[in-house]
Amino acid sequence: MEASFRFQDHALEPIREKVAAGVRLCREDGVVLFASADLLGLGYLADLVRRRRHGRRAFYIYNQHINYSNICVNGCKFCAFGRKAGDPGAYEMSLEEILARVRDRLHEPITEIHIVGGCHPSLPFSFYLEMLAGIKRLRPRVHLQAFTCVEVAHLADLAGLTVADTLQALKEAGLGSLPGGGAEVFSPRVRQALCPTKLGPDGWLEVAKTAHRLGLNTNATMLYGHMETAAERVDHLLQLRAAQDDTGGFLAFIPLAFHPQNTGLSDLRGPSAIDDLKTLAVSRLILDNIPHIKAFWVMLGPKLAQLSLCFGVDDVDGTVMEERITHMAGAQTPQGLSRKQLRALIEEAGCRPVERDTLYAMVAA
Amino acid sequence: MSPESQHLEEKIGAADRLNFAEAGRLWDLDLLTLGRWADAVRQRLHPEPRVTYVVDRNINYTNICVSGCRFCAFYRPPGHPEGYVLDRPALEAKLLELKAHRGSGVLLQGGLNPGLTLTYYEELLSYIRSFGLAVHGFSPPEINFLARQFSLPLADLLRRLMAAGLSSIPGGGAEILADRVRREISPRKGSSLEWLTVMAAAHHLGLKTSATMMFGHLETRAERLEHLFKIRDLQDRTGGFTAFIPWAYQPGGTALGGEAAGAVEYLRTLAVSRLVLDNVPHLQVSWVTQGPKIAQVALSFGADDFGSTMLEENVVAATGVGFRLDRTEIETLIREAGYEPRGRDHRYGLV
Repeated sequence: MEASFRFQDHALEPIREKVAAGVRLCREDGVVLFASADLLGLGYLADLVRRRRHGRRAFYIYNQHINYSNICVNGCKFCAFGRKAGDPGAYEMSLEEILARVRDRLHEPITEIHIVGGCHPSLPFSFYLEMLAGIKRLRPRVHLQAFTCVEVAHLADLAGLTVADTLQALKEAGLGSLPGGGAEVFSPRVRQALCPTKLGPDGWLEVAKTAHRLGLNTNATMLYGHMETAAERVDHLLQLRAAQDDTGGFLAFIPLAFHPQNTGLSDLRGPSAIDDLKTLAVSRLILDNIPHIKAFWVMLGPKLAQLSLCFGVDDVDGTVMEERITHMAGAQTPQGLSRKQLRALIEEAGCRPVERDTLYAMVAA
Repeated sequence: MSPESQHLEEKIGAADRLNFAEAGRLWDLDLLTLGRWADAVRQRLHPEPRVTYVVDRNINYTNICVSGCRFCAFYRPPGHPEGYVLDRPALEAKLLELKAHRGSGVLLQGGLNPGLTLTYYEELLSYIRSFGLAVHGFSPPEINFLARQFSLPLADLLRRLMAAGLSSIPGGGAEILADRVRREISPRKGSSLEWLTVMAAAHHLGLKTSATMMFGHLETRAERLEHLFKIRDLQDRTGGFTAFIPWAYQPGGTALGGEAAGAVEYLRTLAVSRLVLDNVPHLQVSWVTQGPKIAQVALSFGADDFGSTMLEENVVAATGVGFRLDRTEIETLIREAGYEPRGRDHRYGLV
């Protein structure tokens, strides 16, 4: 039954007109959207865009996560995962351990393996190449989505190669795409306070764009809900949108909800559910050129991830099964969801579940 | 926009009551429109920008129960080694803990335990009252069971419990007020009519009560509406319901099994409840089953009350769903949603 939607916040009316006409939103629009208390109004606008792009389809993937090591030179304040070498809780998986994790699940219809770790100070570049090649030998058809832009830049430094040559070598070893982490918030103010030694915004965007030019798609992320302002979020989105205008290589945008527990910012609270939904909706509205908006259920919980399908989201990530980064930051979510659970969650939200591969081609489930 | 939705929206805007067929069409709306309509009604009923909650605690005085409902993971049949009746020291510790939290009352509920005397119940009530705490106690199946057990007419039993200290009645045990469903999930718990009869008797004696609905198991959406309309009809006659609390069946550890309804179905049901129950003042979120995040969002889907601090919760926890929230956390969740948190008692008076 079609109904007209009434905003509580009339500042959203002009934005509705722009959205209906397919006009690109500007920075001021983004600030107005984040400032609005009309949560359902934001959801309504984002849903207009989402339905225009994807109809009732909602995507999920049968994937496996491998976090090969948490040893990291960066020491970002918002992170509960990273450890210095030799610290309690530091770990690194051997090549054999990594391959065993893949071998253990060969009977499952996994189409993507998602591999992310820290910026390890001493593992040689050959380790990463062998990791990719070794997994591909075990599971030739699997898509390897591996290494944030930050890891790639770090590997280039270690190997003494350009970013392009590093990506090319990784690609030849089996890399299929990049997961998009490590973007945090691009604001120099925030980075100076939270992650001064980490690869900066220009470097991050350069790695992503280089990957795109080499035919490697990437995702993009934003870690929100710590010390950034709404305007800084908007600027982050606009920088991604500009990069996408250049290369068109971003597949999905994934806002990552900050989890404070066990981090250097544990006195903070993390974003509210309202902020989570708002951020997803505004992302859908600003990023008119990135095809997919993903709610990572490990961070949001399955319930909020389901609800986000009505707030601009078209992808709920996947089965996962073993995730360390968010869980070390206190996430109470399960380690995995079954295909049946994911499909039921999508259907109950009034959407049609579509199992996808990494590049969003449909998989017969 | 369809003429039909326009008609519905006009009726709701004019505070004009929906009939059963009209209410059935609400399920066809998209979630956000449904939420927006429910929120508009909530703003009309409660224009003050506040959300209430109560500092209380649950006390489940016994888990021994002859009802044997298939959706329940809490009860133990008589003679079971895990059956319990709280003794005085345990009870006292719980009451002192609540006093330390500056609580206003106790939500007192238990199984249908054939081993207890009427004196036990009366002493239980007066003991709790001796701590200066109100008792929101005994859901209708318990009241019915006691009336039968002690061969008293409902009104007489209620008067005795009131004399001993009962101040209001929780709306539990309603499950779904459709007898087809009750026969399947809780055949020994009594009919819809029996539940409604207890509430009517309580209201006539001046006892305020809430009403609940446990959804997401064997019932159809039409049966949920049947439930809502029965509540609305009785409320027209008595005006004794303070609040309505829909909550989602949690299958863990139950004989009935199955899957729990998700957040979207919860929010839809909450919003439909707000739109149908035009005569019940308050609508409460169920953070125990939905968690703090969805409970917070539910404040945009028609709810105006955050329920209670509980301190302990045993019935839902027995299914393996274990959310916990303290007063500070509840207040923060309410503030983040743009409302002022306000404490209340079990009769929805502000404290």
